[in-house]
Amino acid sequence: MTKQNNAQPANKTDESAQTQIEFNHVAKSYGENLVLDNINCEVKRGEFITMVGTSGCGKSTFLNMLLGTVAHSKGDILLEGKPIVAEPSPDRGIVFQKYSVFPHLSVRENVAISKEFEASPVLGRLFGERRKQALTETDEWLEAVGLLAAKDKYPHELSGGMQQRLAIAQALIKHPKVLLLDEPFGALDPGIRKDMHKLVLELWKKYQLTIFMVTHDLNEGFYLGTRLWVFDKTRHDPHAPHRYGSTITFDLPIGKTDEASFVKIEKSLESNRLSA
Amino acid sequence: MKRWINKTPSKTLAFVLGVIPFILVMALYQWGSDARKAENSNDKLLPSVGQFYSAIDRLAFTPSKRTGEYIFWKDTVSSLKRLLMGVACAAAIALVLGLITGAIPLMAANLSPIITTLSLIPPMAVLPLLFIVFGLGELSKVMLIIVGITPFLIRDLYQKTKEIPQEQLVKAQTLGANSVQLINRVLLPQILPRLLDALRLSLGTAWLFLIAAEAIAATEGLGYRIFLVRRYLSMDIILPYVMWITFLAFLLDWLLVHASKKAFPWYHSAK
Ligand SMILES: Nc1ncnc2c1ncn2[C@@H]1O[C@H](COP(=O)(O)OP(=O)(O)OP(=O)(O)O)[C@@H](O)[C@H]1O
Ligand SMILES: [Mg+2]
Repeated sequence: MTKQNNAQPANKTDESAQTQIEFNHVAKSYGENLVLDNINCEVKRGEFITMVGTSGCGKSTFLNMLLGTVAHSKGDILLEGKPIVAEPSPDRGIVFQKYSVFPHLSVRENVAISKEFEASPVLGRLFGERRKQALTETDEWLEAVGLLAAKDKYPHELSGGMQQRLAIAQALIKHPKVLLLDEPFGALDPGIRKDMHKLVLELWKKYQLTIFMVTHDLNEGFYLGTRLWVFDKTRHDPHAPHRYGSTITFDLPIGKTDEASFVKIEKSLESNRLSA
Repeated sequence: MKRWINKTPSKTLAFVLGVIPFILVMALYQWGSDARKAENSNDKLLPSVGQFYSAIDRLAFTPSKRTGEYIFWKDTVSSLKRLLMGVACAAAIALVLGLITGAIPLMAANLSPIITTLSLIPPMAVLPLLFIVFGLGELSKVMLIIVGITPFLIRDLYQKTKEIPQEQLVKAQTLGANSVQLINRVLLPQILPRLLDALRLSLGTAWLFLIAAEAIAATEGLGYRIFLVRRYLSMDIILPYVMWITFLAFLLDWLLVHASKKAFPWYHSAK
């Protein structure tokens, strides 16, 4: 074996072991309301983080800070060592629970639009041959999410699950460094949800994505993630509920976890729900 | 027995129920007209159906003795021209201003106060001003329509632009859109069907200002004719003209609905 051959795989693992995202003492408050406090974490490329917590504890806020639509109040958020850009950009893909496809565009046009943004800086629109080509190039992505048969339909003709598949295809075509999912399957039927789980795991492996996913469903969190975070308050002041913010109280590498921690987390979510 | 709020009519019943008031109004008119004619055969207030026919025939199907023109059609064409020009200009202005104020907060901060202020001016109060500035010709009548409906349209489109889900705007940015592209590809196409909705709402107001302008200074037009023959108490002309205007208003509304359904099927089936 030559040295070169040896060096390449070594390099690759090195890169994937790098810290991609870093939160240092991050806090977020809305006026008096301290939502998140003292968030510290490091995430490596290719990790699949699932996030659970009681309603209103700040999961979406966390995701939106990563996305750039919500500014953090304290601390640093670093993406590949640089402070995060404070507005949405193609290095961070997003799928919301609802409304994240364009209703006035067909499935293909929904996916092709990012190509058009790239190629036509003012109008954001391609014509003639170039448009045709952009539309054909979407087939690969539609195939990947299982939407090829519906490529000429409009979003209102698609089921909820299909709309989410479309939203995922849209996000993937830009090859984002991280993919953010905010309860993407929360509105779907359980059967369809299973299919979506399969799809997300497939895509995560195929494109070596870093995924952050908020979910209400602890089973989903355990099943999908490589790492599960629980957001919760560590201290509680009954006279001033907004005084303390949530933080990451559990950070579990999944796969090594046992039934006991599942039950423990479920209990903590339950008791919070009752007290809320 | 079912509550009244839970009873829904069949298609036929709905039609019959809808037609009844029209028949009643017509019957009431006929009865009133006959009663007045019986008292005074020269009565002008409630002309008979025959008198309507002869008035319509005189104005619409016989060339005028003085000019050789068909007055009714000439009035229709010049009124529609003014109306459509006014509405089209207002729509264009409102589309641009509504979109940019709705999309760009800096522009909203810059323009919203003056738009709100201008929209509070009663348009009829500035009509003399329009006549002074733009003369007594076509322009001032078109301007009155523009002044009359544009503020409403701008504010409506501003609101509608704001109502487009934030998620879509964020999504477009993650797909690499800049502000211009975002307006062009995400907001504009979704605002167009809403513009047609807003135009439907503002057409009534547009007719109001058109007829007001024609009543004050014009030499032809539907509103002009009505106000002209009022002096001779020519109900046989006024009533057909009013019905014709009503029909034109209905037709324009119908055209807008169908144009919108044809051009934006995704908008109508998504609702
Ligand atoms: N724009 C805002 N202005 C003021 N307060 C806000 C704003 N957005 C969120 N909050 C507050 O921040 C807290 C966290 O909200 P967030 O949406 O992050 O919760 P969540 O964990 O995603 O809840 P859910 O599970 O219900 O989606 C809530 O108390 C909410 O009231
Ligand atoms: Mg949320």
